[in-house]
Amino acid sequence: MVNWPRIRRVLPGAERAEPPGPVDASALQSLTERLEAASQVRLGRSLAIRHVNTGSCNGCELEIRALNGVVYELARFGLRFVDNPRHADVLLVTGPLTHTLRQALEQAYDATPDPKWVVALGDCAVDGGVFKGSYAVLGGTGMGVPVDLTIGGCPPSPERILSGLRALLEANRA
Amino acid sequence: MTSAAVSLIQSAIMEPCQPWARYVLRWEQWGTLVEMLATEPLTLLAAWADTVQVHALFDDAETGTILPVSVAVEAGTYPALSLRRAEAVWYEHMIHDLWGHRAVGGAEIKPWLDHGNWPITHPMAPRPGPPPRVPEPPEFRVLEGEGMMQYPIGPVAPGIAEASHLRLTLRGDRIVAAEARLGYTHRGTLALMRGKPARTAARFAARLAGDATVAHSMAFALAIEAALGVEIPPRAIALRSLMGALERIATQLDILTSQGALLGAAAIQGRCGLRQEHLRRAMAIAFGHRLMMDCVVPGGVAGDIARGGVAAVRQALDAVAREVPDLRRLYQGPAVSARLCGLGRIRSGPHPVQGDTDARTRARLDAIANDVDIAIRGLDRLPTEGLSVSMPTGSGEGLAQCRSARGEVWHWVRVDHGQVAAIFPRDPGWALWPLAEAALRGAPVADTALICCSLGLPVSGLDL
Repeated sequence: MVNWPRIRRVLPGAERAEPPGPVDASALQSLTERLEAASQVRLGRSLAIRHVNTGSCNGCELEIRALNGVVYELARFGLRFVDNPRHADVLLVTGPLTHTLRQALEQAYDATPDPKWVVALGDCAVDGGVFKGSYAVLGGTGMGVPVDLTIGGCPPSPERILSGLRALLEANRA
Repeated sequence: MTSAAVSLIQSAIMEPCQPWARYVLRWEQWGTLVEMLATEPLTLLAAWADTVQVHALFDDAETGTILPVSVAVEAGTYPALSLRRAEAVWYEHMIHDLWGHRAVGGAEIKPWLDHGNWPITHPMAPRPGPPPRVPEPPEFRVLEGEGMMQYPIGPVAPGIAEASHLRLTLRGDRIVAAEARLGYTHRGTLALMRGKPARTAARFAARLAGDATVAHSMAFALAIEAALGVEIPPRAIALRSLMGALERIATQLDILTSQGALLGAAAIQGRCGLRQEHLRRAMAIAFGHRLMMDCVVPGGVAGDIARGGVAAVRQALDAVAREVPDLRRLYQGPAVSARLCGLGRIRSGPHPVQGDTDARTRARLDAIANDVDIAIRGLDRLPTEGLSVSMPTGSGEGLAQCRSARGEVWHWVRVDHGQVAAIFPRDPGWALWPLAEAALRGAPVADTALICCSLGLPVSGLDL
């Protein structure tokens, strides 16, 4: 993992990480309610995220990559990306769910240990977006695996993604 | 001097396609053309189909002539281009998967976009077929030999990436062969665009590739405008060109950011990431969207540059311009350049990808500097009048090209009474992936991601 605070010292214009904005309040409330209703085992204070692309145009990926970089510095919130679903707490799914990638999504979901969360990121993952009704597309992420949180936008901005992901952390902390 | 192949093409029946006429070859003329391709220096830019014809787009490098050619499909078949041009193979697979036309006399037809999971087969055909009983899993060439092993990567690839599958054959830690398998992110874009008014279809063109959304939107809009003979006003032309340059800079910075991360060079990753982020914020201030998605539309642009947009973009561009010399210096550092030099060499290919990883990085930095100049000049001389014109509901056929960070985007479109009757967008990825297979051969397996990143391999644009 990159030591961004150290890099910042020699990087003009990036002296400070982006101040954290508000946590998505409605997402936090619905997540907390779901947690209580299911009396689900809570996750820890840091979350490992595995990104799963189910047919995205690379627009959402672009914004996730920005989130992972020097400006937003995801790691300071206890959020980090991992390459293996076995190491993940959260699956961050982008793109409309194509028929061809359904099995891959299900395999990633099955490989992720419980308790786990699924976040559908971007309008396509929420409900298929503009690709709804195509012969090659099932719809949103929910057509393959149960979804816990949706973050809309085409693509959602890094701030919006961050606000949603922090709601996950807060709900677990409450 | 006109070559024999070009003379042959130009002797055929001409169809009105703007601005380059399309030539419809008879079956035997097409066969002769394919034979000539063995020695003729024509570059195959794309191949696609509609319900009755198969089309190919050639670039005559000697005279700079663009030649769209077609042949009628007879009994569901057409003479294969892959007999003489290996780069036609993936197009022929794609044509078979979408329209059901079978190339004869060339490479064996394999499933490409259709992995056997769709509820129908040949979705673009007049009468699509029933789904196969059993899905066909992808087949890979298996190389037998002492100490050889197969190493699959994807389709849920490591990192924050697009969905593709790379099958490597390794001996020890060296790559002996690499084979790509795409089509996972096929969303049926062509079928969704067909029959829609140009403005509605443009939303799908904008979502072919998120990091080339302006390039695809622009090529699509230009093709529609060529087909209908529409001239767009001067301010719209200038704003489009500005957006194109901004997108190319941002995407090049994105590629260099990822490359910096793979190199473990945090200074490169940080600087490129920071400049990219500031540029995208300026783009959002100026055009209302960080990627400028749906900002270029047939007939012009969706809206004017916002108040304060010029200053914001100017500031971000100046910062990028100041960063470029520093990035050049960082890339010349011994630890970085030693890893890049000689890695993933491509002997002949389109300009930005030719050479080794080091050469490609320098080419990207040059491209950034060049596009910053274009964008700043554009900002200084924005014409005052005209953002868009209304589109007539005419008919016609058009072909257009636009530069993206990864290479040339081409769109061919046939418009029928203002609606898209047939369309094919050619993403630069069609040319890049076969080069990646070649560049990976002989490289250490640990450098796979770095080589692929330096080539800037897109997926979504060619998965359609």
